[in-house]
Amino acid sequence: MTAPVPPATEPDLLYSADEEALRDAVRALLADRSDPATVLAGLESALPYDRDLWCALATGIGTAGLLVPEKLGGAGASAREAAVVLEELGRSVAPAPYLTSAVIAVTALLGCDVDRADVAGPLAALADGRTLGVLALPLTTAPGGAGEPAVRADADGALTGRVTSVADAAAAELLLVWAQGPHGPAVYAVEAPADGVRTEAVTPLDLTRPLAHLALDGARGSVLATGDRAREAVERALLTGAGLLASEQLGIAEWCLAETVRHTTQRTQFGRPVGSFQALKHRMAALWLEVASARAAARNAADALASGSPDAPLAVAVAQAYCAPVAVRAAEECIQLHGGIGMTWEHPAHLFLKRAKADQLALGAPGRHRAALAELAGLGAP
Amino acid sequence: MTDAAELRRRTADLLAAHPPTRLPPPPQNEGPAGPPLWSATERLDFLRARFDAGLAWVHFPEGLGGLGAPRALQAVVDAELEDAGAPGNDPGRIGIGLGMAAPTILRFGTDEQKKRFLRPLWTGEEVWCQLFSEPGAGSDLAALATRAVREEGGEDWVVDGQKVWTSSAHLARWAILIARTDPDVPKHRGMTYFICDMTDPGVEVRPLRQITGEAEFNEVFLTGVRIPDAHRLGEVGEGWKVAQTTLMNERVAIGGTRIPREGGMIGVAATAWRERPELRTHDLHQRLLNLWVDAEVARLTGERLRQQLSPTLNSVRAGGAPMGQPGPEGSGMKLAFARLAQEISGWEVEFLAEDGLTYDDWTLRRPDGVDFTGRQAGYRYLRAKGNSIEGGTSEVLLNIVAERVLGLPPEPRTDKDVAWKDLPR
Ligand SMILES: Cc1cc2nc3c(=O)[nH]c(=O)nc-3n(C[C@H](O)[C@H](O)[C@H](O)COP(=O)(O)OP(=O)(O)OC[C@H]3O[C@@H](n4cnc5c(N)ncnc54)[C@H](O)[C@@H]3O)c2cc1C
Repeated sequence: MTAPVPPATEPDLLYSADEEALRDAVRALLADRSDPATVLAGLESALPYDRDLWCALATGIGTAGLLVPEKLGGAGASAREAAVVLEELGRSVAPAPYLTSAVIAVTALLGCDVDRADVAGPLAALADGRTLGVLALPLTTAPGGAGEPAVRADADGALTGRVTSVADAAAAELLLVWAQGPHGPAVYAVEAPADGVRTEAVTPLDLTRPLAHLALDGARGSVLATGDRAREAVERALLTGAGLLASEQLGIAEWCLAETVRHTTQRTQFGRPVGSFQALKHRMAALWLEVASARAAARNAADALASGSPDAPLAVAVAQAYCAPVAVRAAEECIQLHGGIGMTWEHPAHLFLKRAKADQLALGAPGRHRAALAELAGLGAP
Repeated sequence: MTDAAELRRRTADLLAAHPPTRLPPPPQNEGPAGPPLWSATERLDFLRARFDAGLAWVHFPEGLGGLGAPRALQAVVDAELEDAGAPGNDPGRIGIGLGMAAPTILRFGTDEQKKRFLRPLWTGEEVWCQLFSEPGAGSDLAALATRAVREEGGEDWVVDGQKVWTSSAHLARWAILIARTDPDVPKHRGMTYFICDMTDPGVEVRPLRQITGEAEFNEVFLTGVRIPDAHRLGEVGEGWKVAQTTLMNERVAIGGTRIPREGGMIGVAATAWRERPELRTHDLHQRLLNLWVDAEVARLTGERLRQQLSPTLNSVRAGGAPMGQPGPEGSGMKLAFARLAQEISGWEVEFLAEDGLTYDDWTLRRPDGVDFTGRQAGYRYLRAKGNSIEGGTSEVLLNIVAERVLGLPPEPRTDKDVAWKDLPR
């Protein structure tokens, strides 16, 4: 076993002025249209997400096309910018299908032959936010974990099978399905709603990222990619999703820490602000260090994905193994240090806990990423 | 503006004018060829020339070992010199000078002080130590009792007191020292900062044996030590302010240096794992992977901090923090490294099984510095216990993060407005 190869170039772990400007725009929009009270109220409605908010975010600010090159109808930015959007979405737990559509589905399409009209067309539609797309795999699928398809395709492109726990599937108009075709696994495009496509809504732990089981019964699909190309497209989509999910987790942790500091500075017990008790201060300071570290890990993953570095799989594994538990701990500390108010439905802390916990399972739990790391870093199992 | 290309050119000029000469390699039969050996004078000549060329710490001003360039560009120079096989200046031995004395002198020193002290400090010709802690003043450093009294009608201060835990005092030519100059005002306001000559007859250094068996630190007794006023750093009574600069720099000294992936202790542990498959267990595997992730993330966090600390020449000119003075964020890095060093070294002793039961050497050595990678696992385990104490305990650093970074309310205090002489002791 050999030691891991160091990255060829040092990563840029800071934010550029353009990235900060993008952050300001997204943050202002979310503060205006998706504050915790609005998110809470929305959860009671039947809609899976707020379409007006999505339009403003995806089309208005143009975030949906960040990963898509300009000549294909996108903004020609990179994973670094998309990561900033996800940080802000994490900070507001907005129910927006950004990760699933603008990151994972877009990356899967970019991995297909973009010179083909039936790839370029849907890609442009996803890039300007008009269409929502999802890669039809369980949300828990880790990079390298797509495995044997659960869906079968016959020679006429009729798809049959069931995919469980697909995030944002109920709202999606384009399903990218990993299916076993006559010549091996391939990526198929299925339009929804359509005959033979049924979504069964699941009651999710995280209400802000709706889940559905997808039942395909002779649904019409067209082949977008086959063989190694299909495998690589799916793998890249999962890797990018996992890497950028770390930025969402960072955003969640940031909000939880800031809110806990604010609350404990104002709340008085025993004649003192509770935030002046060292037992609490040390917990918040330790959390601050974890959040600062999570930022470095998440930025490193985004930078490696953006630059196409061969270090990206390792950077993503490190970021997921580190950031997922930090977001959960931040949300758990947030509730504990808020006391009783933290247990109420009206206080938004629970939204962050539910998102953080669901995110920990999404795109590979930390243990999966550590196992990947054991390979990548040359630290083989006993 | 000095950019990377310019620095490469200057480095090439230095190497051309002072080609580093290697001693003849050791004869074949004397073991594997180690790193190149340098004769002492040649090494020193090279280091002096490097300082004079402004390539010692490029972010320092011209004439003081630097070129006023962005701090990040030091890496360019270091890489070129390393490729050329040029000798370095042994940071392990002169860490207190480099990490703490130099930035403090640069910020608060007079022109004469900077000219006199920085060059031999950087080349290692003069080693520095830090006379801060006292038996009655550790975490509460501002409680210190060592007195400095201005000699009547003279230019000197006369210092009496006792310091403790002083690393490298036995090697040091100079010390940074804080002493009380006014006992009648509250403790933070009555201190002054000095440069102390360790060869003064009033300075007595006694080894203090530590947990590892060696004596890296010392007790230092100061009896009638005479310090000329020209060796005062900063204003009389402003010693706490000056000390803050030292302490902030002390805390980033570890996080501020660039380390490669698997640099430091995690590399030692990972190598042990690769080389001893017969000792592996599933439990140790899981814990090692966790530590590996934590170490990689700490490395990246340090790298991010370093990138933030590299202001451009313009921001220095525009009156920004001089050469990116570290903020309290550095405390965070020190916390992370202390925890990691302790957990990894503990893991390693456990992994080594029977070998973990042995120790390399208990003799009372007087080491030149800390040697984390050169010695055995047991040494690393024991020495790492100091990482959460030296340079501010982890508890105190958590307080600093909570109050200065997060802005949480301070602990109620009873000692802030009381004259030092009236404090209970
Ligand atoms: C290896 C080593 C090298 C050193 N080298 C030097 C040197 O070169 N020069 C020098 O001047 N000093 C040096 N020191 C001294 C070091 O800075 C002090 O030991 C340190 O600041 C702690 O002070 P103390 O030992 O008096 O512990 P104390 O201050 O007595 O602390 C005892 C315990 O109480 C805790 N505590 C104290 N105050 C608080 C608080 N407000 N809140 C919560 N917990 C608190 C501490 O965290 C610690 O756990 C060195 C120490 C070590 C271990």
